[in-house]
Amino acid sequence: MFQPKKIFTAATFAVFASAGVSLSAQSDITVAMQLEPPHLDPTSAAAGAIDSVLYSNVFEGLTRFASDGSIIAGLAESWDISSDGTVYTFKLRSGVKFHDGTSMDANDVKFSLDRARAEDSTNAQKALFSGITDVAVVNDTTVKVSLDKPNGSFLFNMAWGDAVIVAPESIEGIKNKPVGTGAFTFQNWVQGDRIELSRNPDYWGNQPALEKATFKFISDPTAAFAAVMAQDVDVFTGFPAPENLPQFEADPRFQVLEGSTEGETILSTNNKMPPLDNVKVRKAIAHAIDRQAIIDGAMFGYGTPIGTHFAPHNPDYVDLTGNSNYDPELSKKLLAEAGLSEGFKTTLKLPPPSYARRGGEIIASQLRAVGIETEISNLEWAQWLEQVFRGKDYGLTIVSHTEPMDIGIYARPDYYFQYDNPEFQSLMTELTGTTDPAERSSMLKKAQRIISDDYVNGYLFELAFTTVANAKVRGLWKNAPTQATDLTGVSWAD
Amino acid sequence: MLRYILKRAISLIISLCLASIIIFAVVEIAPGDPASFMLGINAQEDTVAALRAELGLDQDKLSRYFTWVSGMIQGDFGTSYTYRSPVAEMIRERIWVSLPLALYALLISTLIAFPAGIYAATQRGKSGDLAVMGATQFGIAIPNFWFAMILVVIFALKLRWFSAGGFLGWENGIFQSIKSLTLPAIALALPQASILSRVMRSALIETLSEDYIRTARAKGFGKRAVIWRHALRNALIPVLTIIGLQFSFLMAGAIIIEQVFFLPGLGRLVFQAITQRDLIVVESVVMLLVFAVITVNFIVDVTYAITDPRLRRRV
Repeated sequence: MFQPKKIFTAATFAVFASAGVSLSAQSDITVAMQLEPPHLDPTSAAAGAIDSVLYSNVFEGLTRFASDGSIIAGLAESWDISSDGTVYTFKLRSGVKFHDGTSMDANDVKFSLDRARAEDSTNAQKALFSGITDVAVVNDTTVKVSLDKPNGSFLFNMAWGDAVIVAPESIEGIKNKPVGTGAFTFQNWVQGDRIELSRNPDYWGNQPALEKATFKFISDPTAAFAAVMAQDVDVFTGFPAPENLPQFEADPRFQVLEGSTEGETILSTNNKMPPLDNVKVRKAIAHAIDRQAIIDGAMFGYGTPIGTHFAPHNPDYVDLTGNSNYDPELSKKLLAEAGLSEGFKTTLKLPPPSYARRGGEIIASQLRAVGIETEISNLEWAQWLEQVFRGKDYGLTIVSHTEPMDIGIYARPDYYFQYDNPEFQSLMTELTGTTDPAERSSMLKKAQRIISDDYVNGYLFELAFTTVANAKVRGLWKNAPTQATDLTGVSWAD
Repeated sequence: MLRYILKRAISLIISLCLASIIIFAVVEIAPGDPASFMLGINAQEDTVAALRAELGLDQDKLSRYFTWVSGMIQGDFGTSYTYRSPVAEMIRERIWVSLPLALYALLISTLIAFPAGIYAATQRGKSGDLAVMGATQFGIAIPNFWFAMILVVIFALKLRWFSAGGFLGWENGIFQSIKSLTLPAIALALPQASILSRVMRSALIETLSEDYIRTARAKGFGKRAVIWRHALRNALIPVLTIIGLQFSFLMAGAIIIEQVFFLPGLGRLVFQAITQRDLIVVESVVMLLVFAVITVNFIVDVTYAITDPRLRRRV
């Protein structure tokens, strides 16, 4: 007997079954981000976009950041630290191969570290390597690094993208054809559009679930929104338009991950420019700022208030926001005490990111309320670096310091906010030489208090890290302890 | 004739030299240093100096200018400071997006403008003319990036006929590539089509009032035949001039549209290079565009002179 219904059901089942098979087998992913890497050598540029594509995927270091920001073993499977803290002996994993087939051994480690600390090195974070006095190859899988003095953050330093292990055989072409040891190999770069990676079958660790990954670069926030909505991309990390996030949250096709970054967003203050050289004036500015209004107005609620230059998710963080609570009356009083009851005028120079441009307008109006007039100028990054950062020709500026654990910049009197406090400087020297975790913790807490009490800068908020992704993508990093899009643990749900 | 061409050629070379000096000076004067941009805010001074030396930025400006110009004459546009790949190669890759996009937009613009302009001219003063004129006014007034976004919302987000942007490359299928250039081309073409329709209309109206048209009509030709056989050809000269101008505008002016649709074209390359202070890329691409415009003008001038002897005497 003819049974159309049954046949129909069977056919439908077949269609669904085949669709199901192809869905569960999805093993490629398209990840979008705003900025394109200028080139592909993480060891010779500051551009976070390079690490966003390559960190942990293509390149690996001796140690590495885990998704929670802790330091775990990388190419070094273990290490011994001499009792005086100056000699690190790394035991490397054996059988690790670079993507070009050459083996990764102690000589490559020596080459990488020596290259980074060399006189003509163009490593943007050369300071990470400054304490190294010698790198010695003991045997193929053992390397001994000597330091001039104990350095409590040495393993942390070696986890940075700027400290990844590269090979002398492939260093020549690294800027366009990166060769690392990671779980993904570099395939292709269509400049201005995308970078393609594919699974490395010879990877020393666990095989990733993804076979292919494509990174796309979409700088315009409106285009970013359209690309995600049209599902042209599966993931957008560091989504640039926070105002659109509620729309994605309400849409079952997507998931929104809100995590933390290492980006302290601060109202940087020129501590040498009168009247900002007066701590009372800086304190007045700090109390004139309503952080929550800036987070709500400029970042649409995404961001965590901070009262010092430290990441709130760090266990050593001290909440000092009360030290500079919103109190415009106190600000006016402090200004009067500083002999500026009539207020004063200064410059507010803003780099391109929206936290600065939008936040700047809000801060300007908050400062105006207590009598401080600001002359706003919008700068491109290159101009900002020249005028503000190098030229120190500014009163106030807003910038997010995205390097992890960078409180040490306050010990550099020639740094652009020109804060010169010998007590803080000796504390930092002491910290570098300390390896005991408890002692380090109390020193870091003390350091946070000093800069908060000196009102060096206006401390605004910790930048949030927002990722919009297809609801079926699993294993993405929620937080950004360093700039990275680690795909080794990413997979598709069935 | 030969003397005329020679004269024009000399002025072409002088223009190119002047352009190269101006471009170099303007780009070099702009504040910002590519090396410090690359290395960011944690870099040490000695590292910046090392990178400057590596990029050749520590040489004096005059010798850098001559290296750049002499390189270009030999077809070597230098090496990008940030990408570290040859600029000529980068331009060659990008031009495969920008050139087809410009041609595509030009084609759409012409296909709209010709019928619209001719129709408006024949309907002069009547409601059809007013409708076309109103529509073109609208087309000129709408900013093309806004129009581009509207196209994305309708055709990519709602109807899902197109993707929201991007360009996979010609090697991944010609149909697919043309499809991904379609929305950007329409967005670029709209204002151009509006301008061109207006030029077409006024040129045709002007030609239609010429004596020879009246003569043709008096000889008994129908209105349609007069337009097709006599008026249109003569009206085409100003229209072609505008098309030529539009083409160079479309090549250089697609920056915003390339941003909206994230296309890897020349405009986006220049935009990125400016923010990164990749001076050599900016200089070379702008110089190339100047070269293209000046050369096209030169060819047009010479062609005019060949067809119209009066122009030859005037120079």
